[in-house]
Amino acid sequence: MTYVPEIGYAATVAALVLAAYGSAASAVGAATGRPALRRSSERAAVGVFALVTCCMLLLIYAFLTFDFSVRYVATNTNRGTPFYYRITAVWGALEGSIILWTWMLSIYTLVAVAQYRRRHPEFYPWVLSVMLGIAGFFLLVMTIPAPPFERLSPIPLDGRGLNPLLEDSGMITHPVALYLGFTGFTVPFAFAMGALITGRAGDEWITITRRWTIVAWYFLSLGLLIGGWWSYHVLGWGGYWAWDPVENAAFMPWLTGTALLHSVMIQERRRMLKLWNLTLIILTFGLTLFGTFLTRSGIIGSVHAFSQGSVGQFFLGFLALVLLGAFSLMAWRFDRLRGQGELDSVVSRESAFLLNNVFLLAATFTVFFGTVFPLLSEAVRGAKVSVGAPFFNLVNIPVFLALLFLMGVGPLIAWRRASADNLRRNFLAPVLAGILAAGVLRALGVGNTLVLLCMGLVVFVSATIALDFYRAARARRRSGDGWLGATGGLLLRQNRRYGGFIVHLGILVVALGVAGSQAWSVQTETTLERGQSMELAGYKVRFDRLHGAEESNHFKVIGTFTVENGRGPLAVLSPAKKFYPQEQTPIAAVDYRLGFLEDLYVVLGDFAQDGSHATIKVQVNRMVSWLWIGGLVLTLGALLAILPDRRRPA
Amino acid sequence: MSRRGKFIGGGLVILAALGYLVYAGVSQSVVYFVTPSELQAAPVPGKAYRLGGMVKAGSVKWDAKRVALDFVLSDGQASVAVRHKGTAPDLFAEGRGAVVEGTWSRDGYFTASLIMAKHSEEYKAPHDASQTGYKELLKTLRGGTQ
Repeated sequence: MTYVPEIGYAATVAALVLAAYGSAASAVGAATGRPALRRSSERAAVGVFALVTCCMLLLIYAFLTFDFSVRYVATNTNRGTPFYYRITAVWGALEGSIILWTWMLSIYTLVAVAQYRRRHPEFYPWVLSVMLGIAGFFLLVMTIPAPPFERLSPIPLDGRGLNPLLEDSGMITHPVALYLGFTGFTVPFAFAMGALITGRAGDEWITITRRWTIVAWYFLSLGLLIGGWWSYHVLGWGGYWAWDPVENAAFMPWLTGTALLHSVMIQERRRMLKLWNLTLIILTFGLTLFGTFLTRSGIIGSVHAFSQGSVGQFFLGFLALVLLGAFSLMAWRFDRLRGQGELDSVVSRESAFLLNNVFLLAATFTVFFGTVFPLLSEAVRGAKVSVGAPFFNLVNIPVFLALLFLMGVGPLIAWRRASADNLRRNFLAPVLAGILAAGVLRALGVGNTLVLLCMGLVVFVSATIALDFYRAARARRRSGDGWLGATGGLLLRQNRRYGGFIVHLGILVVALGVAGSQAWSVQTETTLERGQSMELAGYKVRFDRLHGAEESNHFKVIGTFTVENGRGPLAVLSPAKKFYPQEQTPIAAVDYRLGFLEDLYVVLGDFAQDGSHATIKVQVNRMVSWLWIGGLVLTLGALLAILPDRRRPA
Repeated sequence: MSRRGKFIGGGLVILAALGYLVYAGVSQSVVYFVTPSELQAAPVPGKAYRLGGMVKAGSVKWDAKRVALDFVLSDGQASVAVRHKGTAPDLFAEGRGAVVEGTWSRDGYFTASLIMAKHSEEYKAPHDASQTGYKELLKTLRGGTQ
């Protein structure tokens, strides 16, 4: 009998008290100008970090020592769970993911303290107060509706085990990246609130938090990508995105965050859209809370939704509080939020960016609408209905194609008012390239209009990026650099602009992957006798044998399939069925052969116990790899954009 | 003023297009969620449904040759025969909940294009009986392939 759970609970409560105190002290200190209070609240922030770290370590310790007296440990692990997955199991369900979230928030708070303690004395105490207040909410959730250290009685001999689908290396990084993204948006949000409270609602907070927004966006993108990869290689349906409520919940703040990244540029340059940017950051932060509410409240069915209970109500209440507070502050400061600039022309960079924002928000709205549609419909008409993937695809494809087009226009079109000459100079060649590419593909036999449109747009945008880069590099070369030096110099010295371009290139590659995989993937399901073969899209798959294997926490039935194409043998694939004692039914383990143009993907569906025949689902998924490649490019671009701006006045 | 007019006009056009898209999207992809009783009460052939119920014990018939899965979904009062081309998904089993998506056929059965099985969340201690079951299975497999 250890006292780990009691210590953990005490640490949680102590952290809650400290966070509440620190939040209040910082606010009072800022309002009354007493520096002693501010210093005290800084120490409170350090204390919160230390205590939450302590909780995290205690929970990890409980998992590593199989302390089944803790309900959370008993539900999410058992004696067979391998070492790595005992650690990732810590955030495998609700209680642990709340700790992870709180812990990351406390880290961000510390970084903000270290970074801004001296630099922004007007904002900083309010920022600290808001961040500690938000941490306080999460600690409250850890204390009342989702206590990770709750005891279980009687103590079971063995635990239930981790959800087998979460036994995957993606689970080490996916939640971490996702939550770093979610919590990252807290910093700009806290600055926005600080700006409103102090009345310095101008452009300063935007400049300070710009990089934070990119950091949060970077992690959120990474989290979404790893999530897609997990879905693709674990779930065995051959897809990477299902428009599931949980995915949508993470996608919505990504969309509004993307909108914000673009519209801040307008505010920096033209002092416009102040109100809009505040709304966007409030919305983005609100959506991160909404996502947790949606997925944890059980109001919407989802393959990912883990548990029900009062957690959803806590999040809904807090979300209401946040939105009410933030928008009241905005109304209070309304007279200071008028932009100084004005839109000069419909054909200008400002309006291209504005349009980009409109479409990103439109996408957010449709995703939101589709996700909560079952609730709306039941409330309004009493009928239980839902809209699935076809709805999201139908509505979002035109919106995303429009966004692709704007991605080519925005970075090159002139500020204020684009002349006919500016348009011709920047866009004539890329437009022709796009049309030509679509024509060539059409001649090569690509019949799908949407795919043609997407590929034409991708070529158009790539051409604008290439054109811009070529011109900039040529200009640098005139001043003496070689091509290589000129390229490197551009990337490093104008890292924000070219980091952005690289992100755009990544998105283009992802777009090709989405279009290609949706249009050209094929699949079939068939039963093979032992030794028999089937063919799909030029592959020949032969069923060789079945055999069993015993792992630390499950049994496995593995099928051996030899894959050939016309030229000879390619690979031996071993899809399996895993039998976990805690599950009543087996879990399929996919096997695949990834390729640049196409993946061969085999799922063992069913088998005869004597190994005489097996039913398999075989898919040839085309261009899925482009998603991962594009994702990598995108995150590298975002990293480049995060680097300190090294551009100096010439 | 005319510039303002252009922006407002453009905004309205976008809004209208979006509204139309959402309307079209909903009317094309809306799926009604029904229980077996509700479906039996007023089945409309060809209409897309999401049917949820328990997989009736003893009703699952798997034909490996034809890759066809037949079973009965029940809500205690009514039951519906379901046919599906393909294997059962993970977590699908007799006596457990499942949701199927598809259409009602005039011949009196439900054609499922998609089966979603529900993950049970309640705590369950590892089952000794089932473990021996798996061990048997492994033994047969090893015997069968050596």
